[in-house]
Amino acid sequence: MEGTGTDRWLIETERLGKEYRLGDVPLLALCDVSVRIAPGEFVAVMGASGSGKSTFMNLLGCLDSPSAGLCRLAGRDVSHLDADELAGVRNRLVGFVFQGFNLLPRTPAVENVELPLVYAGVPARERRSRALARLAEVGLADRAWHQPSQLSGGQQQRVAIARALVNDPLLILADEPTGALDSRTSVEVMALFQAFNARGITVVLVTHESDIAAFARRTLRFRDGRLIDDRPVAAPRVAAEVLAGWRPAEVAA
Amino acid sequence: MTLVSSIGIALAALRLNLMRSVLTMLGIIIGVASVITMIAVGAGAQARIADQINSLGSNLIVVVSGTITSGGVRLGFGTQMTLSEDDAQALERDIPEILAASPGVRGTAQVISGNLNWSIVIYGTTPGYLAVRDWDVARGRPFEPADADRAAKVALLGQTVATTLFGNADPVGQVVRIRKVPFTVIGVLDRKGQSLQGQDQDDTVIMPLSTARNRVLGASEVNRRAVAGILVKMRDGADMRTAETQIQALLRQRHHLQPRQDDDFWIRNLSEVAQAQEASSRVLTLLLAAVASVSLVVGGIGIMNIMLVSVTERTREIGLRLAVGARSRDILGQFLIEALTLSVTGGLIGIAVGAAASFTVGHWARWQTDLRPESILLAVGFAAAVGVFFGFYPARKASRLQPIEALRYE
Repeated sequence: MEGTGTDRWLIETERLGKEYRLGDVPLLALCDVSVRIAPGEFVAVMGASGSGKSTFMNLLGCLDSPSAGLCRLAGRDVSHLDADELAGVRNRLVGFVFQGFNLLPRTPAVENVELPLVYAGVPARERRSRALARLAEVGLADRAWHQPSQLSGGQQQRVAIARALVNDPLLILADEPTGALDSRTSVEVMALFQAFNARGITVVLVTHESDIAAFARRTLRFRDGRLIDDRPVAAPRVAAEVLAGWRPAEVAA
Repeated sequence: MTLVSSIGIALAALRLNLMRSVLTMLGIIIGVASVITMIAVGAGAQARIADQINSLGSNLIVVVSGTITSGGVRLGFGTQMTLSEDDAQALERDIPEILAASPGVRGTAQVISGNLNWSIVIYGTTPGYLAVRDWDVARGRPFEPADADRAAKVALLGQTVATTLFGNADPVGQVVRIRKVPFTVIGVLDRKGQSLQGQDQDDTVIMPLSTARNRVLGASEVNRRAVAGILVKMRDGADMRTAETQIQALLRQRHHLQPRQDDDFWIRNLSEVAQAQEASSRVLTLLLAAVASVSLVVGGIGIMNIMLVSVTERTREIGLRLAVGARSRDILGQFLIEALTLSVTGGLIGIAVGAAASFTVGHWARWQTDLRPESILLAVGFAAAVGVFFGFYPARKASRLQPIEALRYE
């Protein structure tokens, strides 16, 4: 890796900006964002819709290239990579979790989890064993051969998390991962994120729900394309404890 | 990403929409099947024409007695019998590529049987003539060298003559009178049908050369051994053009012709006629195949259509694949392989359908068909090319999607 001086930051942005053009009108989606995120952090990105938080996440995840400033991922400047190089970075360094799960329909869970390994060129046998191991880690060992339509929303999102983790990324980017889930399932999903975060994986979570953001240890707040607030969370919620507190109620029901 | 996993992904995607995949393939199946069937039918027609030509006798060259210039007036071919039996023997002896050379005289005469009277072509020739023409005797026997030696009054009747004079009765052993000379019918020839020129080859009587010359048509005053023409049969595989040149050279030498003199005979290669006929049936085959390939192209458009729908439907899937690390060439490859799988699978099924159709046409319509391996290769190669050609545009469209836009696509 280049830039040894910046190795202590997993993510480092400098005056990052993104401008879209809608016809003749330039639209400033992101402007002058400079942020440093260390390995192992759990960061919630908050803001109203149109605040620039999704654009920020797309740039971090190398789904898009910035129009100004630069973005370093694990010490490497990813601002000016071509499409194939960006694909390689996404494949090896980043795992995505989406609000809509984005699983391939009518395809067994295990094959969904294998997908990043297919593009990493991992042999079929190894793909299968690694995917099954990840499914076991998210508690779905017995659902490996179920199709997405046979799984609940929470289970589908756990398949998606297993998929995000299968190629051992440094960074998990989650875009409203609980947006389509009920509150209890949301907390279960957050428990998974916290568990993997505890094992050293950096998690960046985009959400507009403050009680979900409270599971993170740091909050970035965006408004009108600018970063307006960056502060640690005083007392992060612990998802496992929240779940433990709910268990008697569940039994009563 | 390996080719195997690309093919795996393509097959899985096609299986998810099985009905649609099968219907899309149907276009290619019909296209390939019709190309194969049409080529088989065309090849069958070609083979049939070849058979017809063979009925004349194959590898034949006709040498006809030629013109003679008399007082500055050039008389037509055949007006003078410039060829002789000796020429025929010399040809057979001196040109190794010649299998047999059969000289003959011809004339028209009245044939009478009872109260029936028929004007027909009399052909006097050597016993070897029937072999040269690949012509068999249906009933009775052919004439033999012994008949020729004593100018026996024996005749072989063509089918048309036999039916006209004797109806359904057996003519063998009966007597017919030709120019008032009684002849014994020793045999009836097989049916030959029309010649390439459209003449009825069965409306003829064949007899030994000596008999024809001595008893019916009369001999030439100039040369008692003169004949009207020589039918030459070449060995299989002999080059007909070389043979023509050799025959010409030999006959010119035997006739003592000076270099500036015209030939006093005329050589006609029957295989040239055959080649012309075969060429026209080849054009017909090509035409049929071209019409059939139109349906293959239509099938290809069907593939393109369904692939475009598929790319649109699966935009989010493409976005996801891009997000987890697929490069645009992986996406391109995936959709190209899908299109190719559709067209090649369709092509393989099309071969089976086409083979079955050719067989059915051949069997039930009694239309000779000829299924050729090269037409199968051609059809499948064409199908694959159609898949690549029509699959490329949708695949490129898919591979050019931007990840964020594809992920957000509703």
